[in-house]
Amino acid sequence: MARNGLLIEYEYCTGCHACEVACKQEHNFSDGMVGIRVDEVETVGPDKVHLDFIPFTTRFCDLCADRTKTGDVPACVKHCQAMCMMYGPVTELVKAMESRPRSAIIAPL
Amino acid sequence: MAKSEDKVVLSAMWSAGCGSHGGCGAEIYVKDGKVIRVEGDRKHPFNQGRLCPKGLAIPQYMYHPNRVTHPLKRVGERGEGKWEQITWDEAYDTIEARLKDIREKHGAESVIFCQGTGRDIGGPITFLMYAYGSPNWVQVGLAGHACYTPRLGAMFATQGAYCVLDASQFLEKRYDSPEWTPPKYIIMWAQNPIAGCHDGFYGHWIIDCMRRGSKLIVIDPRATWLTSRAEVHLQNRPGTDGAIALGMLNVIINEELYDKEFVEKWCYGFDELKERVQEYPPEKVAEISWVPKELIIQAARLYATNKPSAIQWGEPVDAMPAGSVVAQAINHLWAITGNIDNPGGNVIARNSHGVTTYPFSSAELTYLYGEELVKKLNEKRIGADRYPMIKNFRGWVQPDVLIEQLETDKPYKVHGAWIQTSNILGGQAADPRRHYEAMKKLDFIVCVDLFQNPTTMALADIFLPAATFCEKESFRSWWQPLCVTVKAVDEVGECKSDWDINLEMAKRLATNPIKYETARDLFNDRLKDGNTDYETLAKKGGWEYPPEGHPTRPYLRHERGLLRKDGKPGFDTPTGKVELYAKRYEEWGLDPLPYYEEPAESPVATPDLYKEYPLILTTGRRSPVFFHSEHRMIPWLRELDPDPVVEINPQTAKDLDVVNGEWVYIENHRGRVKHRVKVTATAHPRVATTPHGWWLPETEGKAPNLFSTWDYNINNLTTMGNQGKSGFGGTDYRSSLCRITKIRD
Repeated sequence: MARNGLLIEYEYCTGCHACEVACKQEHNFSDGMVGIRVDEVETVGPDKVHLDFIPFTTRFCDLCADRTKTGDVPACVKHCQAMCMMYGPVTELVKAMESRPRSAIIAPL
Repeated sequence: MAKSEDKVVLSAMWSAGCGSHGGCGAEIYVKDGKVIRVEGDRKHPFNQGRLCPKGLAIPQYMYHPNRVTHPLKRVGERGEGKWEQITWDEAYDTIEARLKDIREKHGAESVIFCQGTGRDIGGPITFLMYAYGSPNWVQVGLAGHACYTPRLGAMFATQGAYCVLDASQFLEKRYDSPEWTPPKYIIMWAQNPIAGCHDGFYGHWIIDCMRRGSKLIVIDPRATWLTSRAEVHLQNRPGTDGAIALGMLNVIINEELYDKEFVEKWCYGFDELKERVQEYPPEKVAEISWVPKELIIQAARLYATNKPSAIQWGEPVDAMPAGSVVAQAINHLWAITGNIDNPGGNVIARNSHGVTTYPFSSAELTYLYGEELVKKLNEKRIGADRYPMIKNFRGWVQPDVLIEQLETDKPYKVHGAWIQTSNILGGQAADPRRHYEAMKKLDFIVCVDLFQNPTTMALADIFLPAATFCEKESFRSWWQPLCVTVKAVDEVGECKSDWDINLEMAKRLATNPIKYETARDLFNDRLKDGNTDYETLAKKGGWEYPPEGHPTRPYLRHERGLLRKDGKPGFDTPTGKVELYAKRYEEWGLDPLPYYEEPAESPVATPDLYKEYPLILTTGRRSPVFFHSEHRMIPWLRELDPDPVVEINPQTAKDLDVVNGEWVYIENHRGRVKHRVKVTATAHPRVATTPHGWWLPETEGKAPNLFSTWDYNINNLTTMGNQGKSGFGGTDYRSSLCRITKIRD
């Protein structure tokens, strides 16, 4: 069976936290527990300050098995306000990655 | 988890709960009569399946153990926190008796009707207020009425219409619409769209445009995610945006980069504007604003020479000294470059189908309630006699005048308040202590809300529990598409929708009979203007765009005679043109041309004070997980933003001997609050930025603590009474002075 994962175009991740709350709602996770977390990365360049956000799955991520078995995408992917997350077989995500600068693939399972 | 929902209801969000101004389409999943989750509706053109954290946290909001779900009456002193559950009948009987008594003895104007931010509440609250007979609709404590109204007023005066950045939101096929094109450059002016859907604009549409090629020019005192990706960042001194706009106009006019054909054909007063902007050469503006003149020139050239380009602006514009003047200057940028109602420019925004949900302008009020009533109301409306722009443009009270009147009882005493989903003391009010003292004196106060908050706890005599959007019916026409909110489940406990509460109350209080049996009758009456009705819209999935050729649909309506009542080409202004020299401002006793005004408190205006308070304080930094003062009690959201945080630069932190994460005092001559420090290079070394609306629902609600609002609400450092000449703007929400000190006790 193909191994699935998430392609994150972090060039466009705005740090809006929708993925985290979508995950909480989907799994009804209690405080502190969540399947995805967004990290803030601040870097100071010669001419400007850069701010980037990078979502990363935790050990509680099951890629929304209940949703994906019915053909839907994980809750985080659906609700990502910047539409910068993609779900699918890792082999296909790698192909998609070719044309997407500043991106990462996460395969939590 | 099993996904065995019983039904999925499609509905529009624009209400307490999700909070913000957006009109997202929701899929509400219902099982056993309860909402089990809320998702975005992919078919809805507004959000296209996406949803923000606030929308996604709705189940936790709805079923929160602290939600007030029954009518309450106060049984102790105000602020004592002693409540008794009562029936709706008892609540209504009490309110009816008290409000009728006040009206009889003191006149209907002595009851003020108070709302917070611009959600669907504007419809029901005006309906009740006019039924009762009061002219006093107000956002209490909102200094300078600094929330969109100054910008709307400036746009109305300039081109007789409101404009917003064209992100294809007026077309149902959105980005695939053949007639749409993305803006080549977007000027993001004093707004962080990532954190919400300000003024009905879905923030992430900006990202959608970026993906389709739009480049960014950002004007913001802090560095942000957007400035990282911007071609030009004007990191300005807070409060100087008016100077920047005038400097950019100077460059565009003097270098002849403006759209000569558009100006010649459609603008009035260009020569006067040209003369005025000579006072603002880029060198001078650079000195005022801290922005190097090269960047001001670069921004002006890029914007003017790349058509179409568009400007998206935020609430800080309203809060500037003379907010309606700053807004006018920014408006002139899109006017002289011909970026009006063109694809990818600043498109004219009108209520979908011409339907009114929320009648905020005098024109809409007149349409719904008649000229006679509006004229009569203006005689007693607080602030209308002092400010012609307020009298003639919008049906609201001027909040800085209100607080004076509450204290002096002149020209008449205010006796009662109906406060509906508005956390005055913990949220919008500048100088909340002053409002607390003044409002405590009122004879009778009703609060309609979903949770206890500093305002309800301090002031309510009767608390009526309101419903979230999942539990009610409503409708929305701000701006597109026309939407309906569909009730998915029965109300939690005994909660009721704002529309139902106000209609039921209006029937008891009205001096003329109310012609509507149900709220649905009212919706359908208003939806007639769009040739549709509630049932039709709900059946279609909850939304609809106006048909081809409809005047509420773009583009270039000034060429097609779709903007003026007489059907002639042109704009709906006295001259029929875009008025760079605003006849309406002139008529209202204001300078018809834009100018720059220094903030009331600043290194320039008050150098002595600046020695004592050497940081510029700018408040109201938005959080993506909260809307104003809402949501602090929602665990899924609070976990992501647990404390009020002041952002300062590493150099500033070093000078102050404070470290990341440390709790500090922020103080000035008006007050002192605690915040946690975030040390970040995104902050300017001379500026401290803070969020607004902080109170701690987990702490003691009773007075004097009132959920710690006095300890954390940054508005304790702000003041009333700086309003601009128009009555709009001139607040210190965005630019005042402070110092930060270590907590040593």
